[in-house]
This record gives sequence, C-alpha cells and structure tokens, in this order.
Amino acid sequence: MDFLKVSNITMQFGGLFAVEDVSFHVDRGEIVSLIGPNGAGKTTVFNMLTGVYQITSGTMEFEGHKLEGKTPQEIVGLGISRTFQNLRLFPKMRVIENVLVGTHIRTKYNFFDGLFRSKAFRKEEAEKTVRAIEILESIGLEKYINSYVESLPYGEQRKVEIARAIATDAKLLLLDEPAAGMNPSESEELLHFIRSLKDKGFTVLMIEHDMNVVMNISDRIYVLDHGKLIAHGLPGEIANDKRVIEAYLGGERKHAKNR
Amino acid sequence: MDKVREKIKTKGLLFNIEHFFDRYKVIISVVFAVVALSVPFIGLSRATMRLLVMIGLYSMLGMGLNLLVGYTGQVSLGHAGFYAIGAYVCALLQVDAGVNFWLALLIGGIVSGFVGFLLGLPTLRLSGTYLSIVTLGFCEVVQMILKQWESVTYGNYGVRNIPKPELFGFTFNQQNGGFYIIILVLAVLTALGCHFIKNSKTGRAFIAIKEDELAATMMGIKTSRYKILAFVLSAFITGIAGGFYSVINNGYIEPTNFTFNISILIMSVVIVGGLGTIRGMVFGATILMLFPEVFRFLNEWRFVIYGVLLVLMMQFRPQGALGWQSTLPYRLSKETKKLLEKKKAAAEDASRTK
Ligand SMILES: Nc1ncnc2c1ncn2[C@@H]1O[C@H](COP(=O)(O)OP(=O)(O)OP(=O)(O)O)[C@@H](O)[C@H]1O
Ligand SMILES: [Mg+2]
Repeated sequence: MDFLKVSNITMQFGGLFAVEDVSFHVDRGEIVSLIGPNGAGKTTVFNMLTGVYQITSGTMEFEGHKLEGKTPQEIVGLGISRTFQNLRLFPKMRVIENVLVGTHIRTKYNFFDGLFRSKAFRKEEAEKTVRAIEILESIGLEKYINSYVESLPYGEQRKVEIARAIATDAKLLLLDEPAAGMNPSESEELLHFIRSLKDKGFTVLMIEHDMNVVMNISDRIYVLDHGKLIAHGLPGEIANDKRVIEAYLGGERKHAKNR
Repeated sequence: MDKVREKIKTKGLLFNIEHFFDRYKVIISVVFAVVALSVPFIGLSRATMRLLVMIGLYSMLGMGLNLLVGYTGQVSLGHAGFYAIGAYVCALLQVDAGVNFWLALLIGGIVSGFVGFLLGLPTLRLSGTYLSIVTLGFCEVVQMILKQWESVTYGNYGVRNIPKPELFGFTFNQQNGGFYIIILVLAVLTALGCHFIKNSKTGRAFIAIKEDELAATMMGIKTSRYKILAFVLSAFITGIAGGFYSVINNGYIEPTNFTFNISILIMSVVIVGGLGTIRGMVFGATILMLFPEVFRFLNEWRFVIYGVLLVLMMQFRPQGALGWQSTLPYRLSKETKKLLEKKKAAAEDASRTK
C-alpha cells in the first residue's frame, strides 16, 4: 500500500485543463517537490488533494483511503494538512490561537465542556496549549507566541502557517511555496526546519520555486508544465533534464519573488 | 510618579490599564458585586432604576448579537424577531397556560434558539448584504405573524395582564429592585457564558470562520455546523432577553414593541461598543440607553444626531469604542502552566542524564 498514490488525475475548468492525467506517488518519510513554471497547475494539484476542488477524473489514495469525493474536513482528519501560496491565516488572532485552531480537529471536548469549564476541558485545553507552544518553539517562533499574526513580518507568518498545519497532527504536509518572500538566510533556516520534520516522521510534499531549497532537500522531484507531468526523478537528474530546462527557459519566467 | 510615567511610556497606557484590571480582578469583581447588589437599596429614582434595567437588558441583547456578528461575522438585522419570539412565548405561556415565569422564560429562549436553527440552515451560504436582507425579511415575517395570528397572539391588541415574576413568595417588580436583580444576574451569566465560549475551541472556530472561512475549513472545522450553532446561541440569548422584557413592560406587550428599529438598536450597541468584545456591549448599551434620556429635548432630531454619530463612528473608529485587541499575553490556565513546568523539568532531566 502506497502512502500517497495519485493516478491519472485531471482538473478541467471549462475548456482549460489545469491538470491533465497526472500520476505520482509519495512514500512515507519522503520529501517530494512539485515544481514547474507559473500556471503549471501545481497549486491546483494541492486543491484537488485537499478537497477544495472536486476532481474531474482520476483517483487519489492516502494510506488506503480514497480521497476523491471527500470533504476537506474529512481529508484533514485522515492526516493531510496544507499551507497556502498566498497565506491564509487568521490575522486578528494571536499566533498561539492560530496554532490552537490547528488542533481543533483533534480536540475531543465538546461545546458544553467549554461552556462549563469541565475537567475534560481543562485537561485537554492544557495539553493542546502546551503542544501548540512546543510546535512554535520547534519552528523558532517562541518570541511571537503572544503576538497577533497581522503584526508579524511576512516570513514569520509563513512559519505560523506551517505550525498550524502541523498542529492538525498531519502525517502528510503539503507546503505551497514555503520559502516565498523569505530572504536567503530565512530560507536557509526553513530548509533546516523542513529537514527536521522528516526526522520527526512527517512526510512532505512541497511546491517551491527556490531552486536552492528544492535541490537541497528533495528526495525526489516531479515537474509539471501546462498541467502535464513532464519529468520526475532525483534532484541531480532533474537539474540536467533537457525538457525541464526548456520548460523553464521557454516559458516566460516571470516569477516575482514577493507574491 | 515619574516611575509610573516611565512605565506607561515603555509599555503603553492600554497595557497598564489592562494589567491593572487583570492584577486586581478579584478585588474589582468583589467591589463590582457589592456596588451592583446595593444599587436597589440606595434610594435611586424610579427613572434611574428603569434606565439601569434597560442598560442591563441591552447589554444582554448586545452580547447575544455579538456572538453572531462579532465572532462568526454573520450579520443579522432580524434580532427583533428573536426578541419577539422569546417575549411572546414567555408571556403567552404564563397568561394562557399558567406556566411559571422561570420555566416560561427558559422555554421562550429555547423556542427562539430553535427558530434560529431554522433560519440558520437556509442562510448558510449567504453573507454580507444578502444575509442582512434575509434576516430583515425574517423580522418582518415575525411582525406579520404577531399581527395576523390573532387567535394565539391577540394581534394588535397585544398580550395583557402578564404577571410579575415570583420566587419563594417574593414578587419581583420595578419598585423593589427585583427587575434590576433579575437582569443583573441574566447579564452576568450571559457575559460569563460568552467569555467561556470565546476562550474554547468553539469560540476559536467561530472567530476563525470570520477571519477566513476557507482556511477554517482546511483546518477541519465543520463551518456549517458552527455557523448554525452561533445562530442558535445568539437567538437563545436574545429570546431570554425577550422573555424578561415581556414582564417588565407594565404587564403587556404588543407587536410594535418588536419592530425593525429594535434590530437596528441592538446592532448599534454592538457597533458602538466594539465588535467581538463583551465589555463593549455594556458600554454600547449604556451610551445608547443614556442618549435618548440626555437628548430628550431634541425630540425627533435625536435620530438624526444618532445617525450622524454612527456614521462618524464607522469612519473614525470602526472597531468600536472599546474594541481594542488585548495587549496582555495569552492567558495560560493553571493546568497549562503546571503541564509546561512538568515538561520542562522532564526535558532538563533528560539532558542531564545524557
Ligand atoms: N478555480 C479556477 N478556475 C479557473 N481556472 C483556474 C482555477 N484555478 C486555477 N486555474 C487555472 O489553472 C492554471 C493552473 O493554476 P495553478 O494555480 O495551479 O498554477 P501554479 O502552478 O500553482 O502556478 P504559480 O507558480 O503561479 O503558483 C492557471 O491557468 C489558472 O488560471
Ligand atoms: Mg501556485
């Protein structure tokens, strides 16, 4: 049984095939990157995996569970969580509250426990709060625990989003351009952090434009262009693949750093 | 004095005020309780007592609507409808079925909450203007039912001879401060309930939905369920407030007590006080109840000034008078602190044995 196995998925928007007949797999404990020029369909793949879009055709399987037709909530429940290319945090909440929202789906006490401050509430709320603090410390955000998200620099906000995704107890993390908007030293730090995730037993599927990050931490790489998979292999192979170089050089590489 | 000034400068005035309230919260609560409970006995005029009761009532209504608008971000202009349902159910149960006030009050709240559920369902996909229009329509439908369904609601004539609440032989009324005590207890309970809901996974889910519904969904929050829950809770609180209103209004209620204007008034309390805060509801209610008293001499012009005030408010302080974000650190419970220390000690032990 594969950890994540995607077979022949297609996403059609009207006449546009944003993703066409794409197949790939991710094994447990791997860091796999999905790269490709702008508009290649990378984010669309994430939206398909996480139930934002109902896929046009194909199958997706995670630890033996079918993903197609499931709601986003059910998919998070199975252990897949994501970040967004254009940051989708809860800006007026504190950093720790954002991460606590991530623990929501694993929090068992009910509405009345919270209303009457039952023992179950106090115990579990303490556990989840401590867990949130630990996650924030591990990603280097300890000094921002009490801050409101909207007051954080962009790069730190990206980390909050990763922390929030981890808090869902996900086994598979889908990171959409985690290094976007970070300076070289920040992205270097992030690289170490993502690597450390692997040691902690997480599996990562990552979309990234920063080739330094991609080549350094990926176990394998898939390349998407115009909705189709054009290559896959080890970082060394991809770096020298003619079709990949062509796709990147041929298409306008208008990728702006700060998006 | 210089020291104090220095401290205020480094941490900000707001922090110092909040810190003061947080530090002495036990003493402040006790003082508040003593003052609040002695109010009926210090010989205030009837008009003043009545004003205090109305402030309490509108604080509660504000908190009810705030749960919806301030937390999940769903707008409602239909709360006069829930208010009416709570009032009529409570009044009719007492007058026509001889049900005890306290039970009737609770049933009124529950019926209103149930109607909130029914209204919440079809409006799940609506937001902003569309939701405003539908809830406004709801308000009008309730008005129509109250007026037309005469066999049950007594139509325009209204429900009369609503008895005064009693408990263990004590009759609550305006003169003996009984109304004041009831609304004080109801408002404090509502405030505590809202506070506890807000600081639990339910409240965080509510606010997450307001901030970014898609992101909330992607965190596994069943957004539809929480949006309906907010509607039900909000309608329940408003219904209870309505039940209380039915007994303090000289023993009768009629449809005109629950027009669209009331919805606007409740919404104004929330906006003036500060969306999403509990303190703001009390403040907003105080301002809006005082306003007509203070500016009585302006007659109908009051409403013009009132409108101007709201517009200015929206323009220059959209977060409401008391709508600030707390500058204090996130509050960790005793249990959380204990667990943190335990974990830290364990980590130290582990590093020592290495
Ligand atoms: N909901 C949608 N409706 C219509 N078209 C869409 C939708 N979502 C994506 N597309 C289109 O699908 C194509 C792929 O978009 P996608 O966002 O997946 O690209 P990407 O590889 O993530 O690019 P980038 O590097 O710019 O983030 C684009 O042409 C986009 O306009
Ligand atoms: Mg993208």
